[in-house]
Amino acid sequence: MSAPGSSMAVQEPGGARLVLALALAGLLSGLIIIAIFEATLPTITANKAAELRAAVFKVLPGVSRLQPLRYEGGRLIAAPGRATDDQTIYGGYDREQHFIGYAIPAAGPGFQDTIQLLYGYLPGERTIVGMQILDSRETPGLGDKIYKDAAFVANFDRLAVDPTVVAMKKGHKSAPNEIDAITGATISSKAVVRIINEARERWEGRLPPPGSEPALTEVEGSEGKE
Amino acid sequence: MKDQNAYEEFIKGVWRDNPVFVQVLGMCPMLAVTNSAINAIVMGAATLFVLVGSSFLVASFKNLIPKQVRISLYVIIIATFVTVADYTLLALLPKVHKELGAFIPLIVANCMILGRQEAFASRHSIRFAVLDALGMSSGFMLALLALGSVREILGSGSLFNVPLFGADFEPWVIMILPPGGFLTLGLLLLFFNWVTARRAAFLEQVAAAEREGL
Repeated sequence: MSAPGSSMAVQEPGGARLVLALALAGLLSGLIIIAIFEATLPTITANKAAELRAAVFKVLPGVSRLQPLRYEGGRLIAAPGRATDDQTIYGGYDREQHFIGYAIPAAGPGFQDTIQLLYGYLPGERTIVGMQILDSRETPGLGDKIYKDAAFVANFDRLAVDPTVVAMKKGHKSAPNEIDAITGATISSKAVVRIINEARERWEGRLPPPGSEPALTEVEGSEGKE
Repeated sequence: MKDQNAYEEFIKGVWRDNPVFVQVLGMCPMLAVTNSAINAIVMGAATLFVLVGSSFLVASFKNLIPKQVRISLYVIIIATFVTVADYTLLALLPKVHKELGAFIPLIVANCMILGRQEAFASRHSIRFAVLDALGMSSGFMLALLALGSVREILGSGSLFNVPLFGADFEPWVIMILPPGGFLTLGLLLLFFNWVTARRAAFLEQVAAAEREGL
C-alpha cells in the first residue's frame, strides 16, 4: 500500500514547491501592481481634479476662481486643500474675489446606476445656472441624452428652483421652474430633476443668507487654471 | 520552411482559427464594448497587450511552472498585465476608460487568453508563443472592430465619432444596445460560416476536377 504512494510523491513536486511558486508569483505580481498604481496615481488624481474644475467653471458662468466649502459644525466654512466628501460644495468667485455662486455636487439613482452631477446655483437669484453630468450609466442613445442632448442640458441654464423643479413632457415647459424631459428617457430626465431637488432641500438650510458667503481665502490652488 | 511555419502560426489566429468567428471565445467583451469603433480598438489593444505579455512570460517560464498550480499561475500573470493595462488607460485615456468601465478588469476572465496559455504558450517556444498571441489578438481586434463599426454606423450614424450621414439620419438605437450586439454577431457568424462552407465546396470541386484530369 505504501509503495505506490511513495513513488507518487517522488514524481510530484512537494507541496512546499507549489506553495513557493504561487507565493513568488503573487509577490512579484503585487510589486508590479503597486508600482503601476504609484506611477499612475498622480496623473489619475490630476485628471479627476481637472475634470471637476472644468465642470465647476462650466456650471457657473463668469467664475474665475473656486474654493471648496465644507459644512461643519452647523455652518459653511472655507476648506481649501482638504479632502472632499459629501459635505463639500464649491464656491465660485470672480476676478475681484466677489462671490458668484455655488457649484453643488449631487448623486442619486438613475435608470441603471447612480447618476453623479454638479449644478451651479446662484443663491441671490434662487436660480440654477448650469448642470453637468459627471458620471452615469444611462441607456446609450436614450438616457445618455441627459448629457449628450444640448437642448436638455440647456434647460438648466436659467432655471428657477421655487417651489421645486418639475420635469414636463417635451414641449410643455411653460414656467421658469420647469424643464422639458427627453422623449424616450423620462426616467433619466426625472432622475436628474429628483437629484437636484433632493440636493437643494438638503443644502437649503445650510447655505448662509445671500451676501454672507464665506470669503475666498488666498491659498495656492484657488486660482482657476482654465 | 521555418518562415512558412512562423507565418502560419501568426495568420491562423487572424483567419482560420479566429478566436471570435471560429472558436467563439471572448464573447463577453465582444458583445459588451462594441457599441463604437473606438471602444472596440481600445479593448482590442488592451487584450493584445495582455495576451502577448502573458504568452511571453508563460512560454519563458514553462519549465519552471509546476503542472499542479499552472492555471493559478497563468491567472496571476494575466491579472497583473490586466491591472497594468487598466491603470495605464485610466491615466492616459480617462474618457475611453469610463466607457469601457468594468470590462477592462474583466479581461482577466476572457477565456481566449487563458485558453492560449494552456493550449499553446505552455507547449511552444517563446517565438511561436508570441507570434500565436499576436495573431490571436489581431484576429480578436479585427472581429471587435467589425462588430463595433457596424454597430456605430447603424446605431449612431458615425464612425470613429465622425458623423457619416446628414442630420436627417435617425440612429437605429437598438444597434448600440445589447440586442444589436447579438444581432450583428449572429449575422457576422452566419457570413463567416457561409464563406467557409463556400471555400470548402470550391476546394472539393477543384480536387474532383484534378482526380478526373488524372
